[in-house]
Amino acid sequence: MSRAVRFAPLVLLVLLLAGLVWRLATPADTTVTSKLEGKAVPAFTLPTALPSKPALASADLATGKPRIVNLFASWCVPCITEVHVLQDLKSRGVSIDGIAVRDTPDDLADFLARNGDPYERIGSDTQSRVQIALGSSGVPESFIIDARGIIRYQHIGAIAASDVPMILSKLEQAR
Amino acid sequence: MRLWLILLGLVLAQPLLADSNLPPAYWANRQLPDAKQEAKAEALMEELRCLVCQGQSIADSDAELAGDMRDLVRRRIAAGEKPAAVLAWLVQRYGSWISYKPTDEPATWPLWLAPLAFLGIGALLIRRRICTRARG
Repeated sequence: MSRAVRFAPLVLLVLLLAGLVWRLATPADTTVTSKLEGKAVPAFTLPTALPSKPALASADLATGKPRIVNLFASWCVPCITEVHVLQDLKSRGVSIDGIAVRDTPDDLADFLARNGDPYERIGSDTQSRVQIALGSSGVPESFIIDARGIIRYQHIGAIAASDVPMILSKLEQAR
Repeated sequence: MRLWLILLGLVLAQPLLADSNLPPAYWANRQLPDAKQEAKAEALMEELRCLVCQGQSIADSDAELAGDMRDLVRRRIAAGEKPAAVLAWLVQRYGSWISYKPTDEPATWPLWLAPLAFLGIGALLIRRRICTRARG
């Protein structure tokens, strides 16, 4: 057996170990992105989440003006900080609709009274159906919908205050 | 005394769950009355990856979203939809990643060809060994 062949298993082992160490040091990205970016919002109608709020349907999203659809929940901790950023966006004239995932009217009313209410409409998605239809995998997530009702951008996780300029420019592009 | 209090605290402590207060969806943990449909739904649920616990199928996962996906799968199968159509609907939203079954996309070709390559290498090694022995 030639020397090269004799050392082949050792070389393979070293390569394998190097690969494993590399994967441990730089873990794979586990965020699940929606494949619906660039496509129309799938048709849906959700009942109202609160008696005082209008309900949300996909037809409400193609309004000739870009808007944000925010998937949130009263049981979601990062959503609390995000609501303040959404308030800021609202004060800059951004239209925001909410989809309350697996929420009850009481919990929701309490959440909005405590943290502020930036939403024009809120739909109640008690079985995550619209969430799945949108290709979303958690809360909070936000979708920027353009003037014609096409999904232009998916933001996974809470929108931080530092994301506001980026969100505003995405909304500008979606005009 | 202090130790006992700490232990008591540990026993009484509840895990902080990032879960809602709503009960699971109707079909999340309930079998369809039609055994054939349930078998179809079950087969599909075992193939679908949970979006929360990504190493588990939605059949195995306890995540709320997995329960809601099981509800969605059972509801659609009960309504007469084919499992392939339900899968296609989900792939449209999440990509082929949502299914554990490897596809025939170019990215997976090495996966399919590797066994053939290894068989070839094995055959070569055996041939060399036999030839050297015959000579020796």
